[in-house]
Amino acid sequence: MNQICPLFRREFLGYFRSPVAYVFLIVFLFASIGLPFFVSHFFDANQASMQSYFFWHPWLFLFLIPAAGMRLWAEEKRTGTVELLFTLPITTLEAVLAKFLAAWAFLTLAILLSFPMVVTLAWLGSPDWGVIAAGYVGSILMAGAYLSVCSLTSALTKNQVISFVVSVIVCFVLILLGWSVFGSILGSVLPVWAVDVLSNFSFITHYEPIITGVIDLKDVVFFLSLTGFALFLNVVALER
Amino acid sequence: MIEVKGLVKTYGTKRAVDGVSFAVRRGDILGFLGPNGAGKSTTMKMITGYLRPDAGTATVEGIDVTVDPVAVKRKLGYLPESAPAYGEMTVGEFLGFIAEVRGFRTKDARKTQVERALALTHLEGVSRQTIETLSKGFKQRVGLAQALLHNPPALILDEPTDGLDPNQKNEVRALIKNMAAEKAVILSTHILEEVEAICTRVIIISRGRVVVDETPARFRARSPGARLDEIFRQLTDTDV
Repeated sequence: MNQICPLFRREFLGYFRSPVAYVFLIVFLFASIGLPFFVSHFFDANQASMQSYFFWHPWLFLFLIPAAGMRLWAEEKRTGTVELLFTLPITTLEAVLAKFLAAWAFLTLAILLSFPMVVTLAWLGSPDWGVIAAGYVGSILMAGAYLSVCSLTSALTKNQVISFVVSVIVCFVLILLGWSVFGSILGSVLPVWAVDVLSNFSFITHYEPIITGVIDLKDVVFFLSLTGFALFLNVVALER
Repeated sequence: MIEVKGLVKTYGTKRAVDGVSFAVRRGDILGFLGPNGAGKSTTMKMITGYLRPDAGTATVEGIDVTVDPVAVKRKLGYLPESAPAYGEMTVGEFLGFIAEVRGFRTKDARKTQVERALALTHLEGVSRQTIETLSKGFKQRVGLAQALLHNPPALILDEPTDGLDPNQKNEVRALIKNMAAEKAVILSTHILEEVEAICTRVIIISRGRVVVDETPARFRARSPGARLDEIFRQLTDTDV
């Protein structure tokens, strides 16, 4: 497992060796901060809360995380470096974990760069720090789950466009199942228990309680087990 | 040193490698010849543990690649075809990364290995340049430097002189020849003269099978006075 360190470092720094990191961070910050300001009217709400920031994350991640994750394996396959990587003394699991953790750390950085908003809140009012911390934890956990799905689809193809499109579709389904609008449509066709079961597989169902400050173990377990399962399939896909 | 026993690999309905066996001892330079698609690269990839054989096995210093691939990867230096590398890294960063994964964890140990590899392949002048800006010949030498970095007891080189100019070709051949005394080397090539110049043994592979396994001198004696490529054509024209 000590092989993860050098791989992690190479991957993480790799983002900053190309313009990808800077373009991504700028777009992410514009979108993640623009939405609460211009659509949810962050200041007009007159509340010292980050709710309107975190509210948009499931939808924002739907496009931005596949954009960050699509290259993870597809690019290694296209350029042939996957052959180099897997003839170094590392196991597939180590490589999958190192790449995933590096990308997750990068996304965490993108999320935490919203800190000036928190500083503003603290200056203007007295926010509930617990709720804000829970929001960050929830958002980072959810980002990990999205990313694991993207890493898996990326391992299945050497074409980044296919990887992006498939990730968006899979993640969209995982959002839709728990989105109240879609839930009521489903409810008109399916019995209530079936809708409930399906919505249990959604990011939104497990994310919304966390950003209101309720960190329930079952929601954390959901995100972690989804991540673990996708990464397990990722290893299987690469070893086949 | 390297022992290959009955390797088989099938892609779909096509048997790419069909029961290839041979052994390479320390001090041997084995020239691996054959038409494109004959199974050279596939055989090499199975020895390195990158591909899993459908049947048969390969051992390096007694370690079975199907049992402990990571241990075999530690013993091997491998140059994949067309020398893939992370283009956004500089030559120095890239070799530093390889050194770290190869177990040179202290800064000094890493520096020693990287400098040695740079000197062997005459890359000192470009160590601060990113790999994607290098010419094909330089990229090929970066691939070679990466394979030699940990001074492995066994080397597997897939078309090591591909893309080099005549002077560089000679230089690389001299380099391989100089190291060969304490190593087992397998190299694949399309250039028959290369085999005569440096190899101590020649294997011709055609349609996934070994058709010739002998010294270059005996190979030439098969048809005295004939050109090497004529002998080669006679042996492999069933492929066309």
